[in-house]
Amino acid sequence: MWALRGGRCLRAAWSWGGSRLARGATGGRQIDQNPEWQLEEQKPLPQKKVTMELLDHLERLALVDFRNWEGVERLEKAIQFADQLHEVNTEGIEPMDSVLENRCLYLRGDNITEGNCTKELLQNASQTAEEYFEAPPGNIPLPKLEERESFLQDSN
Amino acid sequence: MLRAALREVSTALKEGQVSPTELCQRCLSLIKATKCLNAYITVTEDTALRQAEESEKRYRRGQSLGDLDGIPVAVKDNFSTTGIETTCASNMLKGYIPPYNATVVQKLLDQGAVLIGKTNLDEFAMGSGSTDGIFGPVRNPWSYSKQYREKCGQNSHLENEDSSWLITGGSSGGSAAAVSSFTCFAALGSDTGGSTRNPAAHCGVVGLKPTYGLVSRHGLIPLVNSMDVPGILTRCVDDAATVLGVLAGHDPKDSTTVQDPFNPFKLPSVIDVGKLCIGIPKEYHIPGLSSETLKVWSKAADLFENAGARVIEVSLPHTCYSIVCYHVLCAAEVASNMARFDGLEYGHRSNMDKSTESMYAATRREGFNDVVRGRILSGNYFLLKQNYEKYFIKAQKVRRLIANDFVNVFSSGVDVLLTPTTLRDAVPYVEFIKEDNRTRSAQDDIFTQAANMSAFLHNLGGVRNLCLKNIQVLLYSRQSLTSDLYKKIYVNLSKEYGFKVCIWEEASNLPTQGPIQERAEKPSLQVCTSTEHKWLQHYFLTGNAKPDQI
Repeated sequence: MWALRGGRCLRAAWSWGGSRLARGATGGRQIDQNPEWQLEEQKPLPQKKVTMELLDHLERLALVDFRNWEGVERLEKAIQFADQLHEVNTEGIEPMDSVLENRCLYLRGDNITEGNCTKELLQNASQTAEEYFEAPPGNIPLPKLEERESFLQDSN
Repeated sequence: MLRAALREVSTALKEGQVSPTELCQRCLSLIKATKCLNAYITVTEDTALRQAEESEKRYRRGQSLGDLDGIPVAVKDNFSTTGIETTCASNMLKGYIPPYNATVVQKLLDQGAVLIGKTNLDEFAMGSGSTDGIFGPVRNPWSYSKQYREKCGQNSHLENEDSSWLITGGSSGGSAAAVSSFTCFAALGSDTGGSTRNPAAHCGVVGLKPTYGLVSRHGLIPLVNSMDVPGILTRCVDDAATVLGVLAGHDPKDSTTVQDPFNPFKLPSVIDVGKLCIGIPKEYHIPGLSSETLKVWSKAADLFENAGARVIEVSLPHTCYSIVCYHVLCAAEVASNMARFDGLEYGHRSNMDKSTESMYAATRREGFNDVVRGRILSGNYFLLKQNYEKYFIKAQKVRRLIANDFVNVFSSGVDVLLTPTTLRDAVPYVEFIKEDNRTRSAQDDIFTQAANMSAFLHNLGGVRNLCLKNIQVLLYSRQSLTSDLYKKIYVNLSKEYGFKVCIWEEASNLPTQGPIQERAEKPSLQVCTSTEHKWLQHYFLTGNAKPDQI
């Protein structure tokens, strides 16, 4: 006879369900409906909001704009969600960046195996000149945050 | 014929009962008839018919290329396909025509498969509903099933059919809907946090997420490089194994594919689960898990126990942090991956020409939806110099703890883990969009993403159409104990599985061959309004009608 049984779970922003799942009685397969742990209700947003400087910095780095306050709020919620990680004790734990970390990955020989495909590569670019991709003038920073919105809107 | 499993239709092709062209045409007409599902972004009618014709010639010469020759398949629209538009359901790639095939697409074509179309998804595969792409949401074929319409009839706010239709889950919802509505025999999806398994569960088809490193990602437009894998959607597990056999193996164009030799396999028909140890992770019992799912989950466990397997409770203590960890790692990799879309070399380009930087910014503003922009911005935040240790490295450490949980459980002698795939059944679209994409993904990926981060090998989800098949998969995990790569198997069961398990229990004389019998016994469509729906209904009820007969 098998039944779900309660036990311990690490507590983060998740709180204990607190109950044990009853072992099924002989013949019946009763399972307690109380879960193991709970996802706590989203707390109200913390007082500390992201600053205008940060927003400006992120927009320049990401080259996408928040567009409106909903976008900013989305970031604040994403940070708040991520903050739950700080409740995990990771002392002495090495970061893991690939599931193949213990394997020797394939490296091909440093030889040219394909090429001569300029035409194919250029055909998906909307502006080209001779055999080049064509870009507008470079080395001009984005306008300041307050002017950026109207500036970018011109393009729509 | 369209309702047959891949293996059966393959036999029919070999025996000449149906020709590849005829099969292709029937699929194409069914695609037209089920257009309301919005499963396809591009239907490649002409090339498909040409490929079918080639296949026909091969059959006539007696030189068929194998089990997939002449079989119509669909591919998610984030795999590159030579000469066929590949959009990722984004304005950013609208009109983009790749000059090369993804390795997995090429492998299918090399086996003679007929590419019938490119399927719908969430923009850049970011989502769990297939509701957030520029081509609109995908409708779940089961919205038009008898069971569901009956349920709606009892519920006054669901009576209106135009608003009660169900989502497919995502992000490979188009592929799942395509397989589920019989418009193709297999489809490719992609799985980063559950994007193949989730819609498979919701649409009642098999979803296989192969181990990271087993199937090439070359040509799959990347979302999270360290977790993306091409996924397989079919109507039964045998078919998934067949397709995996074709796709798997080292690819010199993807350095993260492992070089171990891969031997394609067939699932055996006799199963002995007696030597299996099945683990039930207790932390997967969480609030929000619907009572039906819970019931089916325990029923499945009971079933294994009754069949002689040892079923034990196990603990994966870091489960509750897994979705948070995934959220950070995913955003960080998205931020870096999406940097490639700047309007210069391919894809959308804004008319803004004041400076390069402003052209980039305007292009990306016009090209990405809110969800994609949101993940890029939060990813950039987590990667800021002052946040790198605090969020990104921290998440990578938590990732190791999560992976270690799996290592500990599997090294304690557990062969297979049995968990639900999703918290509950597919919900109506109107319900689903009440929450934003991030919240939904956090709920819907909760049981699936841990596997992407930990690489536990073959995840199966959503196996409604199967009876004996599911258990065969478990045996497969035992069989492969010889190979390091296949040591572990991690099986997600959808609640639909339990439904089938019941059938297996009560009628174990059911044929082992796939869904045909079941579909025929349980006609699934009844109430439909528009012509398209009527057709779909008729088709599901009778199984052999052609559109012009209505």
